[in-house]
Amino acid sequence: MSEELLEVKNLKTSFRIGEEHYAAVDDVTLTLNKNEVLGIVGESGSGKSAFAFSLMGLHNRAKIEGNINFKGENIANTAPGKLNKLRGDDMAMIFQDPLTALNPLMEVGDQIAETLILHRSDMSQKDRKARVIELLNMVGIPYPEHVYGQFPHELSGGMRQRVVIAIAIANKPELLIADEPTTALDVTIQAQILDLIRNLKNDMNSGIILITHDLGVIAEMADRVAVMYAGQIVEVSDVHTLFENPLHPYTRSLLNSVPNAEGGQDKLHVIQGIVPSLKKLPREGCRFASRIPWVDASAHEENPVMHEIAPGHFVRCTCHSQFYFPDESKEVQSNGVSGS
Amino acid sequence: MWKFIVRRLIITFPQLVVLSVLVFLAAQFMPGDALTGSIGNPNITAEQLEQRREALGLNDPWYVRYGDWVSGVVQGDLGESYRFKMPVTELIGQRIVNSFWLSVVTLIFTYIIAVPLGILSGRYNDSLLDQSITGYTYVGFATPLFIFALVMLWIFGYQFGWFPTNGSVEPGLTPGTFDYVLSKLYHLILPGISMALIATVNTVQYLRSEIIDTKQRDFIITARAKGAPESRVYNRHILRNSLLPIAAFFGFEITGLIGGTIFVETIFSYPGMGQLFLESVTLRDFSTLVSVVLLFGVTAIGGALLSDIILSLVDPRIRIK
Ligand SMILES: Nc1ncnc2c1ncn2[C@@H]1O[C@H](COP(=O)(O)OP(=O)(O)OP(=O)(O)O)[C@@H](O)[C@H]1O
Ligand SMILES: [Mg+2]
Repeated sequence: MSEELLEVKNLKTSFRIGEEHYAAVDDVTLTLNKNEVLGIVGESGSGKSAFAFSLMGLHNRAKIEGNINFKGENIANTAPGKLNKLRGDDMAMIFQDPLTALNPLMEVGDQIAETLILHRSDMSQKDRKARVIELLNMVGIPYPEHVYGQFPHELSGGMRQRVVIAIAIANKPELLIADEPTTALDVTIQAQILDLIRNLKNDMNSGIILITHDLGVIAEMADRVAVMYAGQIVEVSDVHTLFENPLHPYTRSLLNSVPNAEGGQDKLHVIQGIVPSLKKLPREGCRFASRIPWVDASAHEENPVMHEIAPGHFVRCTCHSQFYFPDESKEVQSNGVSGS
Repeated sequence: MWKFIVRRLIITFPQLVVLSVLVFLAAQFMPGDALTGSIGNPNITAEQLEQRREALGLNDPWYVRYGDWVSGVVQGDLGESYRFKMPVTELIGQRIVNSFWLSVVTLIFTYIIAVPLGILSGRYNDSLLDQSITGYTYVGFATPLFIFALVMLWIFGYQFGWFPTNGSVEPGLTPGTFDYVLSKLYHLILPGISMALIATVNTVQYLRSEIIDTKQRDFIITARAKGAPESRVYNRHILRNSLLPIAAFFGFEITGLIGGTIFVETIFSYPGMGQLFLESVTLRDFSTLVSVVLLFGVTAIGGALLSDIILSLVDPRIRIK
């Protein structure tokens, strides 16, 4: 059963800086089914949050081009009034930074209750309070009756993160976008939160977009993975294929940078450098070219597009076919498993 | 919260001591003392004066005199005015009440103007409306209050004759009657509005920038993500958070009025503390001047105290502790 929940087509989100527009999200095409977790990975600054905000219509002054079809309707550039019916109810988002995501002057219980007030107006005050306590319990907050009346500054970062999560899941959204939902949490709580998200998926048939740096979380949670670089998706596939047979040089580098079993970082075959800032992004050609200068320029496409290498496995540009890590030839002999 | 308020009150005490010492020392450098008014009085000889000085303790070391002065002030004895020939306490009595009411009316006008303008300007920032409001605040900043007050007096007091041009009440009315209160109010309106129109520009600007700042905070995005309509985002989240620092600013607003009353009361011949201040300067009535300055200082300290107490009452980040 794979019923489509969300279809994003050629999404482009640009910000105006000075006189010009710069695209933080460019040519993103994706689908998400019900009861599916789509992981999005990518370095800091690759546009993951900008993409999530675009889906929720939360950008203040951005130019949005392309289509966002949610439950069969294009919601890109719709009027806020219409969007407000969906936001917090059918679609919800867990924000990356729990320290600033809560109103400092409002009791946290009331902040959760607000989502219910907005979409469950028939709920009595008593039921609402009970539901908030239930949610606080679900996200693993001890003494929920007490925490209900506390202000954000009285809670630790991890506790605030859980309140942010409680707000997002309050109305059992069909689409949940979780932007680094577990970064502020320790391992046990992290497992608890991931369980919670999984339950939401199973119970409600929800589709989840899970943004994370943590490939361990991806391996555990995601059904499919999209790798994002400089505002573009560079590779999409199901999670097994991605780990078994990564194609794009960026994906391969990301996978190699996972800490190994000894706790250290395997520095082999990791491409150095960072995502260029918005203004410095190349406007044409392969955006990853500047980070792999040793690969012949002719390997790149002039206008890189997504190629379907195998059913459901897409990769951008043609450079992957000629790509090698600078010291790969030696490594292949000593290691025997590098690359593909 | 109570701990915070008590601690804050304790800090006020040394502030008052420092203020009183400064005012006292400043007074020492001013010519004349309590008996200067009697110099030249043919019935009193220089020796008698010296004896009186000795008896009054005016020849004691400064700290003894300071002690005497402070205990007098605490008991409400501010000395003699040697120009008005009456106790300073009595001189100040009615004027302090007049200034109090003028300040209240000014503050009311200040907020009646500032809150809507600040909200509109902040909410629709960079619109034509915002630019007009900001333009007004620039004009307000650039216009000296005494010139503006004079213009207001000339236009609305003399040209149109809509408002009284001096005094604090129509002479001949019996205190306590309805007409008396009405006349008092009538006399307050023009000076109050004049002062408020200038004083409010600070608050307008402050509120505007608070709103613009709060608007782009992350928790506003959280509110929108919940599906809150813009009206709710504004009323529940942006305004509440922006008005809080404004409320806390209230006490300082009072302090700011002191300077304003000096000009406005003088221009409107309104018998209050500000007018008394300028009068005692021009008449070189130092015992009065010292008392007025002391009371101004106490008001300023009280204003700051009030600000902090309001903040502790309305801001949970302080209230909880
Ligand atoms: N409102 C905005 N105006 C201008 N530039 C923006 C805006 N929002 C994001 N950007 C830029 O877009 C790029 C992508 O940012 P984004 O926050 O989406 O990255 P990210 O992948 O979420 O990174 P991280 O992992 O650090 O959260 C960055 O270069 C950022 O500076
Ligand atoms: Mg981000």
